[in-house]
Amino acid sequence: MSSQLLWYTTRGAGAVSLVLLSAVVILGLLARLRFESRGWPRFLSAAVHGDLALMTLVFLVLHIVTAVVDPFTHLGLAALVPFGSYYRTLWLGLGAIAFELLIAIVATSLLRRHIGARVWRAIHWLAYATWPVAVLHGIGTGTDNTALWMVVIDIVCVAAVGGALLWRMIAAPADPLADERRVAAERASFGTGR
Amino acid sequence: MSDRVALVVDRIKCDGHGVCADLVPEMIELDDWGYPIIRSDAIPPSVLPHARRAVSGCPTLALRLQALASRR
Repeated sequence: MSSQLLWYTTRGAGAVSLVLLSAVVILGLLARLRFESRGWPRFLSAAVHGDLALMTLVFLVLHIVTAVVDPFTHLGLAALVPFGSYYRTLWLGLGAIAFELLIAIVATSLLRRHIGARVWRAIHWLAYATWPVAVLHGIGTGTDNTALWMVVIDIVCVAAVGGALLWRMIAAPADPLADERRVAAERASFGTGR
Repeated sequence: MSDRVALVVDRIKCDGHGVCADLVPEMIELDDWGYPIIRSDAIPPSVLPHARRAVSGCPTLALRLQALASRR
């Protein structure tokens, strides 16, 4: 296998990973919003969210393995240690951090039943850090980061995730008993004099 | 037999996402506020895979399968 092919694979799998990871974040937000419409039942967002997350990991492994074994780059396994690489230390470090955060998020999701909803949820909040770090890694380094098609992918991904995040922040609470819970909590704290 | 199981919801954990009623309409319908009303009888074998999927897909881990006491 020529090193050219390895390098092309690294670049392609990186771009695909960005698109997939953005879709994963958007589907996660849709699940949290309890989005549904005709032909899109509520369970679908979370189900596709999980499946695409696993697929993202596959492309990220491809992205990383082809970069590390490429004899031309001489990256070595140090590239997997955050900021441990001689080459573009900051930008590769961000990529390593994003990958390792994603591993933690996926692993705890697969073990959700064993670790409990509270711990799982707390770790899942790391997604809000993982995605921006991954985007910065792509913008900061990469052979194609100034190519028009890659810039377009970056803009579309950032706009789509930003839009979904905005929707999540301005949407009314999805919990149908949100008001009742708030009133109950106020009464409870009043009763104990806190 | 231990394969006679029913769906049970923890009403404290349940947030009314409604995912379970999407996946097992045979056993679960939603009340006016979106909370599940679950049939207490045994799940038919053909529905069991869907019930398992609903249990693992519950966003708040409020749903579980419970063995029914065997009737002799």
